[in-house]
Amino acid sequence: MRLTVNGTSHEVDVEADMPLLWVLRDELGLTGTKYGCGVASCGACTVHIDGVAVLSCQTAVGDVGAGAVTTIEGLGTPDALHAVQAAWIAHQVAQCGYCQSGQIMQAASLLAENPSPSDAEIDEAMDGNLCRCGTYPRIRAAVQTAARSLQGA
Amino acid sequence: MGRARTIARRTFLIGSAALLGGVAFGVYKVKTPYPNPLEDGLADGSATFNPWVLIDSEKVTLITPHADKGQGVASAQAALIAEELDIEFGQFEISFGAPAKAYYNTGMADEGVPFMASDESRMAETVRGLAGSAMKLVAMQMTGGSTTMPDSFDKLREAGAVARETLKAAAAQQSGVPVGQLKTARGAVILPDGSEIAYTALAATAAGIAPVTGVALRDPSAWRLIGKPMQRLDMVAKSTGTLGYGLDIRHEGMLFATIRRNPQKGGAMLSYNAAAAEGMAGVKKIVPLADGVAVVADNTWRAFQAADAITFDWGPAPYPPEQAAHWEAIAASFTEDRLDKTWRDDGDTGAALAAGTPFSAEYRAPYVAHQPLEPLNATILVTDERVDIWCGHQTISMIEGAVAAITGHDTSQVHFHNHFIGGSFGHWLELGFVEQAAEVANQMRGVPIKLTYSREEDFAQDFPRQPGIARGQGIVKDGHVEAVDLQIAMPSVLGSQMGRLGISIPGPDSQISAGAWNNPYALPNYRMRAYRVPELAPVSSWRSVGASANGFFFDSFLDELIHEAGADPMAERIRLMQHEVSRKVLEAVAEMSSWGGALAPGKGRGVAFVESFGVPVAEVVEVTDTEEGIRIDKVWVAADVGTVVDPVNFENLVQGGVIFGLGHAMNCEITYAGGAAEQVNFYDAEGMRFHQCPEIVVRGLENGHKVRGIGEPPVPPAAPALANAIFAATGQRLREMPFNKFVDFA
Ligand code: FES
Ligand code: FES
Repeated sequence: MRLTVNGTSHEVDVEADMPLLWVLRDELGLTGTKYGCGVASCGACTVHIDGVAVLSCQTAVGDVGAGAVTTIEGLGTPDALHAVQAAWIAHQVAQCGYCQSGQIMQAASLLAENPSPSDAEIDEAMDGNLCRCGTYPRIRAAVQTAARSLQGA
Repeated sequence: MGRARTIARRTFLIGSAALLGGVAFGVYKVKTPYPNPLEDGLADGSATFNPWVLIDSEKVTLITPHADKGQGVASAQAALIAEELDIEFGQFEISFGAPAKAYYNTGMADEGVPFMASDESRMAETVRGLAGSAMKLVAMQMTGGSTTMPDSFDKLREAGAVARETLKAAAAQQSGVPVGQLKTARGAVILPDGSEIAYTALAATAAGIAPVTGVALRDPSAWRLIGKPMQRLDMVAKSTGTLGYGLDIRHEGMLFATIRRNPQKGGAMLSYNAAAAEGMAGVKKIVPLADGVAVVADNTWRAFQAADAITFDWGPAPYPPEQAAHWEAIAASFTEDRLDKTWRDDGDTGAALAAGTPFSAEYRAPYVAHQPLEPLNATILVTDERVDIWCGHQTISMIEGAVAAITGHDTSQVHFHNHFIGGSFGHWLELGFVEQAAEVANQMRGVPIKLTYSREEDFAQDFPRQPGIARGQGIVKDGHVEAVDLQIAMPSVLGSQMGRLGISIPGPDSQISAGAWNNPYALPNYRMRAYRVPELAPVSSWRSVGASANGFFFDSFLDELIHEAGADPMAERIRLMQHEVSRKVLEAVAEMSSWGGALAPGKGRGVAFVESFGVPVAEVVEVTDTEEGIRIDKVWVAADVGTVVDPVNFENLVQGGVIFGLGHAMNCEITYAGGAAEQVNFYDAEGMRFHQCPEIVVRGLENGHKVRGIGEPPVPPAAPALANAIFAATGQRLREMPFNKFVDFA
């Protein structure tokens, strides 16, 4: 089947029920997307399909169809950061960093939908993304900074 | 299993009074430095001045040998070297380096000596010095116990200073300008005319010069980096998905493995049936192990699927199958023959209790899982000539030997490559997962094998935090706390954990009392007795180790007595605090939180103080009793680490530690049924979620005389401060974690 990831079309020869997460990581070598729980309990595997955050561990690759998949590698790069990534660096959010690909993808999706979320709206949108290191206070601040920078303030 | 037989048992000299009685070592051996591992195969024209600095004509590489599991020490170690080397972030590369005796941890000694951290008497310092010498002979390269900063602070600055002065000598030789007229900045030596020679251009000359030693370290007033906000070196990679964790390793021809082992930990595998798994898509090999089966496939998911299809008949665990029996064993251990040590006996507690009507209370702390977000994994390639191991690990100096014992290679043929780790909290100290990967890779020589635990397997095989029970008796008099008698019973975490490493620890286990005996209060009568519970389920160090439970026991009981006495929780703690550095921590948090001011209805505040790993930490928690349950509104924290190396990272780690302490106290426990942990994935034990996270205000104090680490110390005061706040808001005392068994949280 064909799969479009970060603007590139790939031919992948896998079972239709294989989770998108493992196709990205093991078949395509895009390891920025993380495995944390496999059961929709942590958000580490969050990617976008057509701009909307989804859990790639819960998305069968056969269901992606013509959807455009964006992973953390496609959101921005060290040389061309997305505003959310720039805010994450400005606030020095990460500790171990393992959850942060998922946190950033979730936040980018939130801000695309809601350009100026309240703290309560941030909490609600981010609640599925577990951070075992406890970087929540910095994530909250970084989402607000990213919101301002995306609005050109 | 196999390795325990093949590695000679040694006596490891921490946590033990045997330290003083049983050690004899020569001054010569203690003074002689270990060889510099960077000299092995050093290329022509490359210079190394010590085990931490390597310069060639292309680049400067700083070796940061402590494991980084999120605490930011790769960056912090580099900053310490760079401070004296006069080089900026961005001008050098960092490497974890290869395991070497030269990187032994000098900071492990302090936690093992039987003196309070606040005790800086000559006796205490002498014993610490002896313990430090013993640690050098043991030469353990290990990251843990918040020791990276104590271990590195002087050592790495010296490494940078020696390299700088040697580079100046090289520049003097190359330019003919006397050393005294040379300066250094931004990775270059600066000549009097303002021209610069990059360090890389001095490597070849410096390689022929003996390192200039005896260099004085700079005065703190001259620091460029230390104490100023830093940008961590791993931050861009961690924000762009480009940092390679162990789980992200890929090699040509690599296969993907997973494992199922007996969830009744330590029990046998009686039989298994892998017939269904063998024919599944992508499955390459089924590898039986001593107490489980590994599946090797062409991707991780297919390995997981096949492992799910294997059926097993498991033998029982060596510990009681049901949780209730664990609690019974702990409760039955408050006996004379189980007394591990009386850690503190100030005044005459027995007489004080007999003279009044004691107030008494009992507390419990459960098993708790580690569960960092990166699941356990290791990638290993075994060939006849050598073995390569790629993964993150904290017990660095034991990996190569453990793997060599499995593959039959000489340890010199085994090469460990450390990686950034996706969280640990003590989880990545264990050798088991590396040994299992080695067994599989050894049966498939020539093929790189990545072994990945599923999250469920990681929960099933975790060695959680040790559970404990505390019994307190106390007397209050004339509005003050007069006597505290605290007894704590728990299994020995050091015995369980070190036993798995083949190391026996003689003497009492300091972690049964840590966080309870050592708080520097001047109570008129204070007795603290530790009881060692016979081994139950295997347990392992969990962020802040003994203090994570004992801090809750001690401070909760103190708070109850203060209320019994009718005193103010903050004022009474400050009045009782004899140690000035600790008192200032309490005073700081009182000032930050405006303690004593009027609160809105439904709100309550609690304070707690616990010293752990030499760091006094005080926390104030404010909660509101809402219709949906208890909501944590705000937390104020003050901690004294002597010197705050990076205030930004310090704040992040303190906030994270508070969240870790609160989240587990509220929501988490591991319980056993049928010999297996009942909690199987994050939905059963997730710590704290985003919506429960309060605002957390942090202040770092620098009154202490020694540089300390901050990874663990913010954890212990969080649970008692929350329990004390809930009492203040609702009148309900919470004496057992997790608190969500007794109250709802919003
Ligand atoms: S791995 Fe997908 S939610 Fe945890
Ligand atoms: S930064 Fe470690 S899990 Fe979030």
